[in-house]
Amino acid sequence: MDPVIQVNDVSMMFNLSSEKIDSIKEYFIKAIRRELHFQEFWALKNVSFQLEKGDSLGIIGLNGSGKSTLLKIISGILKPTNGSVKTIGSIAPLIELGAGFDANLSARENIFLNGAILGHGREYMEERFEEIIRFAELENFVDTAIKNFSSGMVARLGFAIATMNIPNILIIDEILAVGDYKFQEKSFQRMQDMIHSGATVVFVSHSVEQVKQICKKALWLEHGVVKAFGDAETVCSAYVNV
Amino acid sequence: MKLQLNKEYLAEKIGAFKRFVPLLKELVVRDIKVRYRHSVLGMLWTVLNPLLMMVVITVIFSTLFKQNIPNFPIYYLSGSLIFSFNSESTTNALNSIISNASLIKKVYIPKYLFPFSNILSGLVNLGFSLIAMFIVMVLTGTPFRITLLLIPIPIFYTFLFATGLGILLSALTVYFRDIAHFYSVFILAWTYFTPVFYPVDILNPTIMKVMQLNPMYHYISFMRDLVLAGEFPGMKENLLCFMMGIVAIAIGLFVFYKKQDKFVLYV
Repeated sequence: MDPVIQVNDVSMMFNLSSEKIDSIKEYFIKAIRRELHFQEFWALKNVSFQLEKGDSLGIIGLNGSGKSTLLKIISGILKPTNGSVKTIGSIAPLIELGAGFDANLSARENIFLNGAILGHGREYMEERFEEIIRFAELENFVDTAIKNFSSGMVARLGFAIATMNIPNILIIDEILAVGDYKFQEKSFQRMQDMIHSGATVVFVSHSVEQVKQICKKALWLEHGVVKAFGDAETVCSAYVNV
Repeated sequence: MKLQLNKEYLAEKIGAFKRFVPLLKELVVRDIKVRYRHSVLGMLWTVLNPLLMMVVITVIFSTLFKQNIPNFPIYYLSGSLIFSFNSESTTNALNSIISNASLIKKVYIPKYLFPFSNILSGLVNLGFSLIAMFIVMVLTGTPFRITLLLIPIPIFYTFLFATGLGILLSALTVYFRDIAHFYSVFILAWTYFTPVFYPVDILNPTIMKVMQLNPMYHYISFMRDLVLAGEFPGMKENLLCFMMGIVAIAIGLFVFYKKQDKFVLYV
């Protein structure tokens, strides 16, 4: 069987100083003064692994170890400096809940907008509309503008849309921390259902417990380098013992 | 980046585009909805706006150029519809990558969709403005010539040009925010350098030669030939208008594709 996610020797380099130049004038002044030397920063170095259908991978590591960068590269948001990523099938990225929302539009309109971002047409979304509203528990706020929502409400709506059907690949970045206890449990249940139905899950968390609970495999990143990759139990206990 | 134009690559790109047609629709609808939200007259403004502009401009300029332009309201409207389609939609497209930064950073979407959706909503606006023009044509007793059926042609040429320009500007503005401020001045100069509300024959031959380099001059004249004169411009003019659009798109796409992978780092 072909691997669903194949990460080949991926490295990602950022120019730390490049963000400071905002205008042509500034650029030329800096160029003349020869201040254009960039400070290179490698967020990821030679990361390789592959996942089969139905695998669940937890990515662990300290802050700044490159976890989110790796997720963004797998989702296609960032293009790696070197190396390549191959994915098969649909990807539902939950990098940040409610990423595609327009604050001025109502929940109803945002469901269609967000569905379209994931590549679904109006009819398709209409069929799932009720289910999304029910799961997000927003029956009384369907026509309220998102800007008046609480952050928990936005998160619930985002999660409900992203998980309305089973994608081939589900990418989750520390989002289970939002919402109240009840909703956390509900979304946790839904993720497990997805894994059982054959979705490949990539999951970033600071909670080693969550990773052990959800994932079969784990990847430990340290300063952008793979420190360990393999069975979740083994990798997690090695990580905790450091 | 190497541009591979083999069959597989193209098929993949077209497939990706098809997948995002619903999104393109939603973006255009959002654009129009948000613009007229909370206004009492709502969508009616798309028709009302060019009408009122026309009244103001006509009152001021028809006294200035009375002898030269026989049907000033339609002369102005036919030109300004095409001109403001280009200027408004490219101005919107210019900021499209930056204002959608939150999306670009968190979901994978073909990024050209953002400037492109702005051009498309400009096109929808143009459609409504055409209604305004037809109303004025009835009111002023302007004959509806058969060539009126051909106005999609100059609109299509302008659409090509605006798409290319919009995509180019949206990519460059990510790196140099100054463009946003400069462009409004540039548009003002462009408005005066295009015969939108003055007749061409007040220009001297030297300026006329320079005018030939102004793409908007060609698009506007094309439109007026169809609406006012009832003539269809020759093959040469058609080819020129088409080529200007294609060149704009080629440059726009080339720059956009070269730069787009880095957008996410700068927005």
